[in-house]
Amino acid sequence: MSMDRRQFLKVAGISTIFGLGGAPVINWLRNDGLEASHVLTDEKALIGKHWAMVIDMSRFETEEDYRRVIHACHSIHNVPNLDNPKDAVKWIWTDTYHHTFPGQENEYIPEEIKHKPFILLCNHCQNPPCVRVCPTKATFKRKDGIVMMDQHRCIGCRFCMAGCPFGARSFNYKDPRPFIKEENKEYPTRTIGVVEKCTFCFERLAKGLIPACVEASQNAAKEAGKEPGMFFGDLEDPASEVRKVLSTRYSIRRKQELGTQPSVFYIIGGGKNA
Amino acid sequence: MIYALSLFLGRRERPMKLYDSGKIITGLIIFLGLVTFPFFYNIGKANVRPDPKIDTPAIKELKEKKCVESKEFMRAEHMKLLNDWRDSAVRDGARVYVNSEGKAYTISLQNTCMHCHSNKKKFCDECHTYMAVNPYCWTCHIAPKEKET
Repeated sequence: MSMDRRQFLKVAGISTIFGLGGAPVINWLRNDGLEASHVLTDEKALIGKHWAMVIDMSRFETEEDYRRVIHACHSIHNVPNLDNPKDAVKWIWTDTYHHTFPGQENEYIPEEIKHKPFILLCNHCQNPPCVRVCPTKATFKRKDGIVMMDQHRCIGCRFCMAGCPFGARSFNYKDPRPFIKEENKEYPTRTIGVVEKCTFCFERLAKGLIPACVEASQNAAKEAGKEPGMFFGDLEDPASEVRKVLSTRYSIRRKQELGTQPSVFYIIGGGKNA
Repeated sequence: MIYALSLFLGRRERPMKLYDSGKIITGLIIFLGLVTFPFFYNIGKANVRPDPKIDTPAIKELKEKKCVESKEFMRAEHMKLLNDWRDSAVRDGARVYVNSEGKAYTISLQNTCMHCHSNKKKFCDECHTYMAVNPYCWTCHIAPKEKET
């Protein structure tokens, strides 16, 4: 075989041009023959523009009221129960007023509120700092306002945990499986080295169900003939449950001064007419 | 080609002398021996081919034994389909897959795929082990319960 320099350069040049197309060209040449297949969202799915939650703390009276909503979430999402607070994984948990609303406390607030545990979860901020710092887009904001976690992409760098001002994210320092009492076979667990948090029950919304914690709270309230302590709905829809509640009761959000625009609202209560 | 390259680099044939030929050739023979050792070592040993099974109760009950796409497609492209399903469900929130025949399926590894293929060891691991691929699905996704064999 003989080739002069001119021929060599021609062949090399044409190969380069062909190679520049990369994967799209190769995929185009290699048709997988499935043009007819496509994906859809379920017809029953709840579609919203900005999902939000309202928590009426005055409706949380007994320990059971708290346990019920936490259990509803943690049991269906295979959240492990680790005793050491350093390793703890939490999607929905409680903390004091002082820790929940720093900067809004004063020493004269009612004793009852000072010592009351507040229900906390991911705030699904409109301007989420965790999403800004994630280097792999493992955490991202969906069109409906949910701040989602894609465990497949998480590399466990924990920037998001440093970014989140609400402590809503937990890292799996250990393999969580041995610490899950009863596995829900319909939902995955997580693995060592990934960050997890509340997802506003995106998998339930896709099936037309409201988040598990809200459902638990509302079902219990219905049984007891009381007003529920949690509401869920679309902030952009003026007829939604959350908008109705927010337009009649005074509400506050956590650490508003940071500008993250949380989507979880709190009604503190106090008096009967508050 | 090599000739063309040598022309390109402006070199002409030149007489060649191999220094230290004894050491080099001995070294080459040892090297070849080491590299080909696994092949000689395995000569004559039975090479058990993977034999994935689809004899689960859920599949036996199916009238038409068909996966979400054709057998040939699934065999060659299941990893690509699973990646597409993953991205669609987690990132786009679209959880219904309509296949090339217009039939709809829920996108879920644990609830759709493994509902039929409840024999992970005989269905997934059989080939994956043979091919020495190690997909890390099951560190998070819960595999169906199977009897220990």
